[in-house]
Amino acid sequence: MAIDKDTVRKVAHLARIAEPEQRLEPLAKELSGILGWIEQLNEVDIDGVDAMTSTVDVKLPMRADELQDGPTGGGQPDKIVANAPKTEDHFFVVPKVVE
Amino acid sequence: MTNPADLTLAELRDALKDKKLSALEATDAYLARIEKAGKLNAFITVTADRARDAARACDARLAKGEGGPLEGVPLGVKDLFCTEGVLTTAASHILDGFKPPYESMVSGNLWRDGAVMLGKLNMDEFAMGSSNETSFYGPVINPWRRAGDEAALTPGGSSGGSSAATAARLCAATIGTDTGGSIRQPAALTGTVGVKPTYGRCSRWGIVAFASSLDQAGPIARTSRDAAVMLRSMAGHDPKDSTSVDRPVPDYEAALGRSVKGLRIGVPKEYRVDGMPAEIETLWADGVQWMKDAGCEIVDISLPMTKYALPVYYIVAPAEASSNLARYDGVKYGHRAKEFDDILSMYENTRAEGFGDEVKRRILIGTYVLSAGYYDAYYLRAQKVRKKIFDEFAGAFEKVDLILTPSAPSAAFALGEKTADPVQMYLNDVFTVTGNLAGLPGASVPAGLDAQGLPLGLQLLAKPFDEEILFKGMYALEQAAGFTARPDEWWG
Repeated sequence: MAIDKDTVRKVAHLARIAEPEQRLEPLAKELSGILGWIEQLNEVDIDGVDAMTSTVDVKLPMRADELQDGPTGGGQPDKIVANAPKTEDHFFVVPKVVE
Repeated sequence: MTNPADLTLAELRDALKDKKLSALEATDAYLARIEKAGKLNAFITVTADRARDAARACDARLAKGEGGPLEGVPLGVKDLFCTEGVLTTAASHILDGFKPPYESMVSGNLWRDGAVMLGKLNMDEFAMGSSNETSFYGPVINPWRRAGDEAALTPGGSSGGSSAATAARLCAATIGTDTGGSIRQPAALTGTVGVKPTYGRCSRWGIVAFASSLDQAGPIARTSRDAAVMLRSMAGHDPKDSTSVDRPVPDYEAALGRSVKGLRIGVPKEYRVDGMPAEIETLWADGVQWMKDAGCEIVDISLPMTKYALPVYYIVAPAEASSNLARYDGVKYGHRAKEFDDILSMYENTRAEGFGDEVKRRILIGTYVLSAGYYDAYYLRAQKVRKKIFDEFAGAFEKVDLILTPSAPSAAFALGEKTADPVQMYLNDVFTVTGNLAGLPGASVPAGLDAQGLPLGLQLLAKPFDEEILFKGMYALEQAAGFTARPDEWWG
């Protein structure tokens, strides 16, 4: 299916990527090219086929609901915010969200 | 004395244990080679001081007769693995300045076993690419050139820094990741050995996520023995990755010399593409003959779903990527746009500035195929076709132990040659992507040179968790091929 400029605008917004107006047309062409190539999947008979969920036949493990040690554990706010562009007292700072 | 960089990883390991040279000498030898190889652009970050400190600590342990299986061996790490306190970029502008506060499980396993990190290796941005041209840090240049031609060639991708650094002997071995062929294709294009283990064999914890149901870490090395030593250290269960499988890690090196007599080798007639050089067909036929001569039984098989693997991949991988890459929002780490009006435009501008064109393209495709009204037509259909591909392999592996194919549809190509049409670039992974969709272990082994003097690889695929049989087959191919060619060191 060919996708048009308006669809690209909508998808870019959903993906939270600012695309300038002049990029929409070329992107529509590129994405249509890729999707057109993908459409050969319509030839395949998928009646009664289950969708793939995992290539490995294992049950997802459960772990005890307790605080872990090490890098996945708690109590390390300095490390959590160390890479953030803007922080204050162990908080991430973002533009105002609620009026 | 020979340069330590000319020893294979296994030889170096033994020489270090026997105190024929020190870990510091080995590390210094590699650092000197890296310094002279700037033209290859294989590294994003070189950690020279840290490497020397680590090497001194290795020497102290070796002096006491202690040390792990990789004690003192200098390695390179694809910049997709988080390394504690060391810049980790995924070759993307959006991860500017990111220094992870933790170490990925796989790289941590290497340091646990005594290996020394030389630095972080260049790659396609977020591992999305087959030629290393999508890197924010510029393309890696293949150490190999066509005979009598100075044109810069691609080392493959996405683990192109890993393949180039291994081929140019800038590291004893390297680690990469393979989502659609990103270890095996670059290995094929650089005359190196690349192994993608079974999905679940190595922990994905701490690897910057691209497509989580496909991503797997693996080694790129000079020989199948070196790759076997590397994988044994890398692999293992990790409760922090719920898809990592809890089963013992065999001694892959011990599998190498074992006889392949009686192994059934499947040859799938569908692993051909239009315009594939005759030399690759010939090499494949040679590979079949080598395995036959080694006592294997050759079985013609048919995998008719093969042609649908890439289209499935270009739904599943972008869909997972669009979700995984939602985390890059300019809040928690990396780049944040300077100009914005509100939080929404902060996200949109940050992501527009931070991601390159190919990454944006894939996020848009992924967002589209997952969006309301299209999910069934694209994503669900792709997952059903994926199941058919998986079932087809399971059926084939009832009749064969290994499958032998070419690794890539061409030798290394020139930079810029395939960037105009995304689909042409995607076709590079036509022989490797099936292994990711089905979760199979696979490897590329250098098997010969084309008429222009460029390396070509053959791929072996095995049943899930049959890496020992895979290594046995790789070793047999390697012995028969007798590949000893090396690139001229034009770079310095």
